[in-house]
Amino acid sequence: MAYNIVVLAKQVPDTKAVTGKAMNDDGTVNRSALPAIFNPEDLNALELALQIKDDNPGTKITMMTMGLPSACEVLRQGMYRGADRMILVTDRRAAASDTLATSYILSCAVKKLGKVDMVICGRQAIDGDTAQVGPQCAEKLDIPQITYVQELLDLKDQTITIKRSVGAGWEKVQCQLPVVLTVLDTANIPRPVAARKMMKFKKAHSAMELAKADKADLADALKAKGLLIEEWNLDHIEADLQWCGRDGSPTKVNRIQSVVLAASGHKKIEPTEQGLRDMIHELIEDHTIG
Amino acid sequence: MKKRKYKMIEVNRQGEVWVFAEQYEGSLGEVPLELLGRGRLLADKLGVKLSAVLAGNKVDTLVDELAAFGAEKIYHVENTDLAHYQTISYTKVLCQLIEKHKPQIVLFGATAIGRDLAPRIASKMRCGLTADCTDLQIEDFTEPRTKEVHSNLLQQIRPAFGGNIIATIINYDRWPQMATVREGVMPMPERNENAKAEVVKETVSISPEDLAIKILEQHREAKKVNLKASRIIVAGGAGVGSKEGFKHIWDLANALGGVPAASRAAVDLGFIDHDYQVGQTGTTVRPALYIAVGISGAIQHTAGMSDSAKVVAINCDPDAPIFGVANFGIVGDYTQVIPKLIKAIREKA
Ligand SMILES: Cc1cc2nc3c(=O)[nH]c(=O)nc-3n(C[C@H](O)[C@H](O)[C@H](O)COP(=O)(O)OP(=O)(O)OC[C@H]3O[C@@H](n4cnc5c(N)ncnc54)[C@H](O)[C@@H]3O)c2cc1C
Ligand SMILES: Nc1ncnc2c1ncn2[C@@H]1O[C@H](COP(=O)(O)O)[C@@H](O)[C@H]1O
Repeated sequence: MAYNIVVLAKQVPDTKAVTGKAMNDDGTVNRSALPAIFNPEDLNALELALQIKDDNPGTKITMMTMGLPSACEVLRQGMYRGADRMILVTDRRAAASDTLATSYILSCAVKKLGKVDMVICGRQAIDGDTAQVGPQCAEKLDIPQITYVQELLDLKDQTITIKRSVGAGWEKVQCQLPVVLTVLDTANIPRPVAARKMMKFKKAHSAMELAKADKADLADALKAKGLLIEEWNLDHIEADLQWCGRDGSPTKVNRIQSVVLAASGHKKIEPTEQGLRDMIHELIEDHTIG
Repeated sequence: MKKRKYKMIEVNRQGEVWVFAEQYEGSLGEVPLELLGRGRLLADKLGVKLSAVLAGNKVDTLVDELAAFGAEKIYHVENTDLAHYQTISYTKVLCQLIEKHKPQIVLFGATAIGRDLAPRIASKMRCGLTADCTDLQIEDFTEPRTKEVHSNLLQQIRPAFGGNIIATIINYDRWPQMATVREGVMPMPERNENAKAEVVKETVSISPEDLAIKILEQHREAKKVNLKASRIIVAGGAGVGSKEGFKHIWDLANALGGVPAASRAAVDLGFIDHDYQVGQTGTTVRPALYIAVGISGAIQHTAGMSDSAKVVAINCDPDAPIFGVANFGIVGDYTQVIPKLIKAIREKA
């Protein structure tokens, strides 16, 4: 049986690469100083979708991301691995959306696609580590969610069976499609890009990308070849503006502090028998050890 | 069936502080009790009641337990259909109670269940939710632009951006203020055997579409170690070099009556099991004594141990960042230092 799958993928700053240079003086992070990458667990989400497609010919995978025009890169990366369609949800009025507003906007975009069998997300995005967008999309779409997906055990017609990991243990669960899945990094090993597909889809661009490169006239030619990345704004997806962007976001950031380790000025202990004995003595004196 | 809409909650200063009493097969983990501890402080500061929400099948035995750890009021929902946690049925329970009683704060553990449930509720109630908080405080907030003062807001404090920043999140217009709280970061309150709570029985009808998921099989593995409960932790890192080298870590832990632990690098190298990992993606610990051996002190590691009362660092590199969070720093090769240290402990100075 063929399925319609949407993979929600986010472009994130590579938080592993944070160095002093990436921090502003006010303690905020200078995102532009960090490389932008495909959110790692979203690659696991994509891999799960691709495996379903491998086993179910005719299955169609739509890559969807909400972000700046530069986020088109994750859409292309999806195509290099075997996805079928690219949608960039982008709108200035969506800026400053928290997870609630983001999931509202993404759910409007998913609804616009018509019948969808599975929406597959990563467990969490490394910039915020919230793991909220998946479940919140599921609620907005009014369909069940299966979080922490470890393994797809079975998919038959309209029934999916999943092994999910729940911290200290696991469970096997089953439900009817449609469903939202959030996938763990331990679920699979994402496949590398396919060279042929990469040759073809690296030419894919959105209208905004073309405009920025002064190549707006190429749009029609790209479209004819299926290489024009679709751009949807809040009007296209019929989103109610009161639930989008800053207004639609109940959470506000009060403060940001950069983590400067408490430079407590430690006491230096000589690695000699006497030095260590003195330290142990001190720890006994103040009841740290008995 | 048409999607049920719930009324949004507006700011109400009389609203209670709620703790979701997560339970598995009739027993509470440590998390709801830790939440009650912090909930107590928040409720006292606000001058409102601290309540627990308990849902399940035959969970009435947990009422006394919740009272003993500080719940003044317990909303108790019994239903055979709530025997096993499921997202949609439990979301219904919480949303129905939140709409009816309008709490100002609702806290969940940042557990597999809490992180599955809380976002679904926040989406239904159209309120804010902050994930994985490591601290919660009550404070006024002045809006920088309008100078409007919002008094007594829940400050939801959490690491973000891979642990490189600490963000304080608030929500001042759409309530309840909800947060999931990381396991093991809030101290466990004292048990008070004599404390009693008012029990409010509530009924929520669960229909078949609320049980969309069929649970075919469930397995819970008993955690092999309980780092959180340990007063003394001896943690080894990549610098320990080998599984054999880790024997020094076990020996020192044993000599001190503590438990061993590890950095992620040591776990990845196979020196010790993942259950022993401390840090952002491991366990957060706050022991009386933390001895870091051959650990460089990466931010993702210190995020999980910097609240320790005393930190001893043993590292051959005098510039290792771990010394920045240490009370005692020993520059040296651990294979030389640990045997001497064990000797000193045996002699009791
Ligand atoms: C998203 C993310 C999450 C992470 N989560 C965690 C987490 O939860 N926990 C965690 O620990 N890490 C975590 N990390 C990894 C973290 O960034 C570090 O890579 C890790 O903590 C390093 O471990 P280490 O200090 O043991 O190893 P290293 O950084 O390799 O340090 C080894 C140290 O041992 C010292 N040494 C070597 N030989 C000796 C000797 N003979 N005697 C004494 N000292 C010696 C060296 O001087 C060095 O300082 C995470 C990383 C990312 C990106
Ligand atoms: N802006 C976005 N565009 C597309 N998908 C997103 C976006 N934000 C979050 N997601 C999806 O939701 C998951 C959880 O994100 P988060 O709640 O931010 O941790 C991610 O792994 C993505 O699959």
